[in-house]
Amino acid sequence: MQASKRKETLAAYTFLAPGFVLFALVVLYPIARAFQISLYHWSIVPGTTSQYIGLGNYTHALHDPIFWRALENTGAYMVFTVPAQIVLGMTVAVLLDARMPARGLYRTLYYLPVVTSWVVVSLLFRYMFITDGGLINFVLHDKLHLVGHNIEWLSHRWSALAVISILGIWKGIGWSMVIFLAALQTVPRELKEAAAVDGARAWARFRAVSLPAILPVIAFVTVMLVIGGFNVFISVFLITNGGPLDETQVLLTYMYRQAFSFLDFGYGSSLSFTLTLIVFALSIAQLRLFRRPKDAA
Amino acid sequence: MVTGSASRTRAILGVRILILSVGVFLMIVPFAYMFATSLKPNALVLEIPPKLIPHHPTTANYTDAWTSNKFGRYFLNSLGVAIATTFFSVWLSSMMAYAFARFSFPGRRILFGLLLIGLMVPTMMLIIPQFILAKNLGMLDSLTGLVFFYTGGTLALNTFLLRSFFQDIPRELEEAMVVDGAGPWKRYLKLVLPLSRPALATVGIFSFLASWDEFVWALTVINDPNKRTLPIAISLFQGEHSTSWGLVFAASTIAVVPVLLAFVIFQRQFVSGLTTGALKA
Repeated sequence: MQASKRKETLAAYTFLAPGFVLFALVVLYPIARAFQISLYHWSIVPGTTSQYIGLGNYTHALHDPIFWRALENTGAYMVFTVPAQIVLGMTVAVLLDARMPARGLYRTLYYLPVVTSWVVVSLLFRYMFITDGGLINFVLHDKLHLVGHNIEWLSHRWSALAVISILGIWKGIGWSMVIFLAALQTVPRELKEAAAVDGARAWARFRAVSLPAILPVIAFVTVMLVIGGFNVFISVFLITNGGPLDETQVLLTYMYRQAFSFLDFGYGSSLSFTLTLIVFALSIAQLRLFRRPKDAA
Repeated sequence: MVTGSASRTRAILGVRILILSVGVFLMIVPFAYMFATSLKPNALVLEIPPKLIPHHPTTANYTDAWTSNKFGRYFLNSLGVAIATTFFSVWLSSMMAYAFARFSFPGRRILFGLLLIGLMVPTMMLIIPQFILAKNLGMLDSLTGLVFFYTGGTLALNTFLLRSFFQDIPRELEEAMVVDGAGPWKRYLKLVLPLSRPALATVGIFSFLASWDEFVWALTVINDPNKRTLPIAISLFQGEHSTSWGLVFAASTIAVVPVLLAFVIFQRQFVSGLTTGALKA
């Protein structure tokens, strides 16, 4: 018995070892290393030594106006995109949560932007929002006459952030919709129908029956979208690259620029480590709130 | 009374379909516009009024991308990297998931906790130390290096998803094999893997897509033009020929169509993987 137990343990480690070693090297080690690098005035020139400056990079960030603007822009992106994705995703999910023709087709079409690469959709939105000859200005100006002249979307901070946010919402609706739809389908149909027979109106029915049942899922989606908001990068990178004059930098584009344009690895690492801590705190809060006993390791 | 409620139900269904269709239109128009532009000669990509159906469609952008711009090469680079990543990631993560799902061993909780940390940490945050690591390992500017880092990066999520699937396989099946004298490897290969095909397909698709669409890491570590992957090539088309939108979107269409097809075909796996993660986490 003892011998077979030892054999099982050995087998377990054999199954784990190859994958875990790779995971530790490529993910765990860099986490620790990011913190270490952030404490140095990092020198990338081989043969030179990096200077230890403690929390110098972090205090530098506190006095860096562009860092604060990047934080503000990241926050604005979340304020624009998170509630919109939840409300619109939920609306579509509720509309699809019924017996209707071509339901699967609708779900597929709403989901298409989610599976399309960020690079492609970012370039596509950049193209649609071109000032002269772009589709959006054509519709707003030439077709609907809502604006008197073509808008220079990408030349100003807030209009550029609006473009980036619209892209984020457009690409994200399908994701929250699929999660909400799956959750709505776990609400027993009899309950929804019973409420309908009682003559409750749609909104009252939704609030009384479906909403309480899917509240944890809404909280989950919110946390995931907030984390996603902190991670916004490719769209900003390809649509404005933080410009004009750093007006539209978000945390990650600013970090990337510090690291790979200015080669300031120390400062870049302090920015990414700060962000990691925020995201960790959110993830742990989410795990704490929604962990079910079955999933305890 | 009955007919009244029936017509009311029909009216509600009509409104439902109307709202959903307007939404679908907004979801689809950008794709239609992208495809239309890919068929336009360059002189007409910014014409007023913009046309969703080009007057004189041409495939020149496609042949141009494929022949004079080495797009075939980039396509094969991306395909090779994605296939290798998928293979290694599914293989390694299924073994890890089996260990976590079915064995008790010292350190299990700690190792699983470390895996969860890997699940939470945003990929972009590690790009600086990973870049230094890749440099020290001689993996800059190499497609093998891409596979190495992509595989490592997908392991946490895949292991997490597969573990919860493996846990739902009835233990009795395995115990019956134990009685017949089957060791852990035989159980893994002959029982767990064959029973988990849908789950393996799910994580396989996720890994493939993650690799196929990956942009930032490849942009950072690849310099050699011959080693570019599709996303970098597409983004550089835009930079190098800033007015060649037709070329950009012909290339984009070539990159996106296989993904959309795969999604439509494997939709069930997609959605189940997505919602398992969400509803269980």
